[in-house]
Amino acid sequence: MPPAQDFRATVRLLSEQGTLVESDQNAPWFEVVAGLSDVDLMEMHRHMAVIRRADVEASHLQRQGQLALWIPSYGQEAAQVGSAMATRPHDHIFPAYREHVIARMRGVDFMRIIELLRGVDNGGWVPSEVGNFHLYTLVIGAQTLHATGYAMGIALEGSFATGDPDRDQAVIVYFGDGATSQGDVNEALVFASSYQTPQVFFLQNNHWAISVPVERQSRVPLYRRADGFGIPSLQVDGNDVLASYAVTKVALDDARSGRGPRFIEALTYRIGAHTSSDDPTKYRTDEELEAWKRRDPIARFETYLRSRGVDDGFFAEVQEEAEDLAADTRRRTLALTDPPMAKMFQHVYTDPHPLMEEQLAWLQAYEAGFGGEA
Amino acid sequence: MTFEMDEVMDSTTTAEAPQAPERRGRTTLTLAKALNEGLRAAMRADDRVLLMGEDIGTLGGVFRVTEGLKSEFGERRVLDTPLAESGIVGTAIGLAMRGFRPVCEIQFDGFVFPAFDQITSQLAKLTTRHGGSTPFPVVIRIPYGGHIGAVEHHQESPEAYFAHTPGLRVVSPATPNDGYWMIQQAIESNDPVIFLEPKSRYWPKGEVDLDAAAGPLHASRVVREGTDVTLIGHGAMVATLLDAAEIAEGEGTSVEVVDLRSLSPIDWDPIIASARKTGRVVVAQEAPGHVSVGSEIAATITERAFYSLESPVLRVSGFDTPFPPAKLEGIYLPDADRVLEAVDRALAY
Repeated sequence: MPPAQDFRATVRLLSEQGTLVESDQNAPWFEVVAGLSDVDLMEMHRHMAVIRRADVEASHLQRQGQLALWIPSYGQEAAQVGSAMATRPHDHIFPAYREHVIARMRGVDFMRIIELLRGVDNGGWVPSEVGNFHLYTLVIGAQTLHATGYAMGIALEGSFATGDPDRDQAVIVYFGDGATSQGDVNEALVFASSYQTPQVFFLQNNHWAISVPVERQSRVPLYRRADGFGIPSLQVDGNDVLASYAVTKVALDDARSGRGPRFIEALTYRIGAHTSSDDPTKYRTDEELEAWKRRDPIARFETYLRSRGVDDGFFAEVQEEAEDLAADTRRRTLALTDPPMAKMFQHVYTDPHPLMEEQLAWLQAYEAGFGGEA
Repeated sequence: MTFEMDEVMDSTTTAEAPQAPERRGRTTLTLAKALNEGLRAAMRADDRVLLMGEDIGTLGGVFRVTEGLKSEFGERRVLDTPLAESGIVGTAIGLAMRGFRPVCEIQFDGFVFPAFDQITSQLAKLTTRHGGSTPFPVVIRIPYGGHIGAVEHHQESPEAYFAHTPGLRVVSPATPNDGYWMIQQAIESNDPVIFLEPKSRYWPKGEVDLDAAAGPLHASRVVREGTDVTLIGHGAMVATLLDAAEIAEGEGTSVEVVDLRSLSPIDWDPIIASARKTGRVVVAQEAPGHVSVGSEIAATITERAFYSLESPVLRVSGFDTPFPPAKLEGIYLPDADRVLEAVDRALAY
């Protein structure tokens, strides 16, 4: 990473007022951001704004009984969009379970996420068909080991550090502040460091693990945990989409080119509840919430884009797309049907298994006895 | 009838086995060496096969099952990992996603539990969560069971946890020949396999047929013919059951012995056929009896062979206590006398 990491100041390129934070320290990061075209910048806004509207719609659908649960991402859009913009198509992304916008950016139909949370499916997509965006993992932090193993595989194959951009790959894994206390996350950091995997650990510190504040997880800023594992790290303003992009771009380039794993702590905030089952008014103050709302990632970036001359027409168009996705999601959610009962027996194993065949046959005969599905 | 089934099973698998380029004949090996040779054969056959675990490389594993494999295949295929069982299994999952076929060694039975989430909540469910798009051919080798006088956490039999978990396959070889073949079949399986190695049987030698597979991975097998009572067990218990059968024979009781070989799925046909033939069944295991593999066998025989039974299916197990200090293991673990006491009870009905 550029020397800026040594200063250990939080990387922020866009102020809360939407103006560029120009400094000697930030200069290397602005060089990275300079690689983004106007179209790229507008895409970043579009992704953030559209997912926020869909997120609100999904929360409503949950309240109306259409979903068993919803997992809001409201407020964390910049950390997610910025980091995902920094990936290449053949990189592999291991999400936690709140990275809905990254799923969409890699080609996952938003309905696949809706189906997970309605209870129609437990997986949802085929990673190789959606930009190597792997499945959500609900057991906190378990996916970090899968990501590290995957990156070990890339390394064993020699699919990194060749200098060939079409061949070199990296892995990025998402997890939260609560997850940093898990054994699996710490073991993943040990393995990643030991095997020098081409991998970026992307921590979204949204300050709350359900009701437990980040101070309960750690007495030191979380990015400093990486020091003990021998993994270079830094902290970034996760509500600044430009900074999130820049640091992730550099970290992924480092990983891909064989310089070892990297660790990024993105400071952000979960504006909504942990999930639809949560009531954050029980554990955090209005003052804290209002303070973070003033740091809204989308408003900040919109101000910046307008200062670059992006006009009302673009923002209106994005809003229309967002409304369309929300309406489409509602319409398609209401049309969802339950999966066939055979589904639970399918793919439990890859090779044939006598119990699956026997129990499905029994169930079908049993249901047929009621005149139901055969 | 059982003998005929056994013959059919063997001839079928011989016919299905790939043609070996040359006959290599039979040899005599310990189970540990047979597993070593089986791993070597699997690694030579498929360069996506990787070994991972603690002390398995330079040292060759604490039981030397992987001895010499690092020098033959290199450190990129035999990985001495950091000391973290969840890390071993969790990264093996990621390697499987990438197309590798990892074989993990858990050093001792009691050390598998730090990896329990990665095995039962991740590995076991990832095939179905992926909707069949991604196979998870991960083998987890676990030396298990008592009789070696070891300290706490080194003598346990945790098979029920894994046999109870949908998505896993669970097998245990009892002989060097099965060890040689079953480890290769487990590695060829496209599903996760918990491969339980009876550590007290690592050192006795037995004949290994290097040319013909020992039967399908998940087949149970009648290993001694008899007519009065059926004894069923797996792993190290099979040798105890054969000893008990020999003693019973001297006392005029004809005992049949079934080696389960596979605990999930269980191959019921030979078991039910034997129960119908003898009408009396004793199932034995080192593990505690409560909610155990033996319980499942007793229940299923009762469901499927009820009218053939002359007595209840009886269980002989370790006690429902933590595995005791080693100086008590001879009392805790079922031996031939405990098995024969159950045989006498079965015959008394």
